[in-house]
Amino acid sequence: MDLGPHAAFIWASYAAFVAIVGALIGWTFFDGRRQAAALQDADRRGLKRRSEPGPKQDGA
Amino acid sequence: MQTLTQRLANPTRFMEISRAALPWVTAGAALFIAYAMYLVFFVAPPDYQQGETVKIMYIHVPSAWLAMMGYSIVAISSFGLLVFRHPLADVSAKAAAPIGAAFTLAALITGSLWGKPMWGTYWVWDARLTSVLILFFLYLGLIALRSSLDDEALAGKLTAVLALVGVAILPIIKFSVDWWNTLHQPSTAFTSTVDPSMRTPLLIAAIGFTLLFIALHLKGMQNEILRRRVKTLRLAEVERGERLFSARAE
Amino acid sequence: MSPFLALFKRDLTLAVREGAALGTALGFYLIVVAMLPLGLGPDLKLLGRIAPGILWIALLLAALLSLPRVFEADHEDGSLEVMATAPLPLELAVASKALAHWVSTSIPLALLAPVLGLMLNLDIAIAPVLVATMLAGTPAISFLGSVGAALTLKARRGGLLLALLVLPLYIPTLIFGISAIGFANLGQEGFSASFLILSATSLASVALAPIAAAAALRLQLS
Repeated sequence: MDLGPHAAFIWASYAAFVAIVGALIGWTFFDGRRQAAALQDADRRGLKRRSEPGPKQDGA
Repeated sequence: MQTLTQRLANPTRFMEISRAALPWVTAGAALFIAYAMYLVFFVAPPDYQQGETVKIMYIHVPSAWLAMMGYSIVAISSFGLLVFRHPLADVSAKAAAPIGAAFTLAALITGSLWGKPMWGTYWVWDARLTSVLILFFLYLGLIALRSSLDDEALAGKLTAVLALVGVAILPIIKFSVDWWNTLHQPSTAFTSTVDPSMRTPLLIAAIGFTLLFIALHLKGMQNEILRRRVKTLRLAEVERGERLFSARAE
Repeated sequence: MSPFLALFKRDLTLAVREGAALGTALGFYLIVVAMLPLGLGPDLKLLGRIAPGILWIALLLAALLSLPRVFEADHEDGSLEVMATAPLPLELAVASKALAHWVSTSIPLALLAPVLGLMLNLDIAIAPVLVATMLAGTPAISFLGSVGAALTLKARRGGLLLALLVLPLYIPTLIFGISAIGFANLGQEGFSASFLILSATSLASVALAPIAAAAALRLQLS
């Protein structure tokens, strides 16, 4: 697969593209995990959404 | 029968639908991109004029299209927020802006790297490149405005107004840049008449990257909905804590 | 006197009485134009060729500096809320404020341009054309800028953010202003086309920008 005289530019632009899109995918996936974890943490502490059934310690 | 947008108005239903759709969209994106890359690197012929460097086109052109698609998604979402008060419109606009900005940046960098072998310099004030650069500034403006306001609801609506102002003036900017370009430079020698044998890989790559954009947008919206749920839960916890504290203090 | 004129007169007298806003804009305009040759080198031929561009861009930046003041003062003392609920539509109130900014800041800057042009070896023959394009183009600067000012009213680092939001919107005005000067300079017939488009952009801004600015203000006040 000979990419000719300007092979460096082809690889450079593909590398830049993969870097940007990769960062985007990575950040989105990581952010998703972080929010899910935060939600579980809130769940563990017994915080319930108004719409969800289940034991509700109502404040005083 | 409710329209799709009405059915999607309810966040929980949106989460169900998007959770179901996401794997399919992601798989589709991966498939199309892989096939396109195979075609680009093993099948597509070199361009008669610029040889192999035409391979950069297969990521540069889809990025530029997605940059514009991203801005139209933000504009449509902004319109939905301000006019129809659609509850998920702000979530959609907030999720779409960074993705659009990233593809705009990718288009600029690949365009500049493509320019070096083709025009001899990294940056040419060509009308198309300049318009994409200005589109990048509009994205920066949207993201900067949204991040500089504490009140999220207000920030969403103000960013929506800015997006609509941007989309209204975009054609005038495009026209003025094209006019400016013809003043200073005859149209670039390389007219990109895409040979059919190259058009199919380009189309497949475009479909693949569009599916990728949609997958990222859906996932981004899900994250935003979860983030807002966590925030309301925590606020409720703080308020309950204060009530307990004040009750005990009496 | 119609409420619009009354409000316009009030804003104008406020702007003129509080000369600082105009003073800082003129001062900034002067120092930017004076600094550039220090960076670009004293070659008069080069400076003469790029003088219109320098003067136009410096004018954009100088007008930008005085824009946050258009709403901030009234927002702080609550008169913005009064205007929002007054019989005069908020769009017209915003338009009168932008007009006051245009008259009190953009026009003096435009009239000062040829004087600063002397420092840049500006060809005196094109000075009138320069001022004409600036006068025709600056309404867009003030009105589009008022949209930015309304959007960044409560934002942190408002001034900086305003520049980032508004400068892309100034691109058509800048391009057609400079191209009009270029055509006039070469005596070609393209001048009228650029000048007409420049004026059209300004008129469109005068008509449409207050709508966006008022929408943004209503959001800010709600």
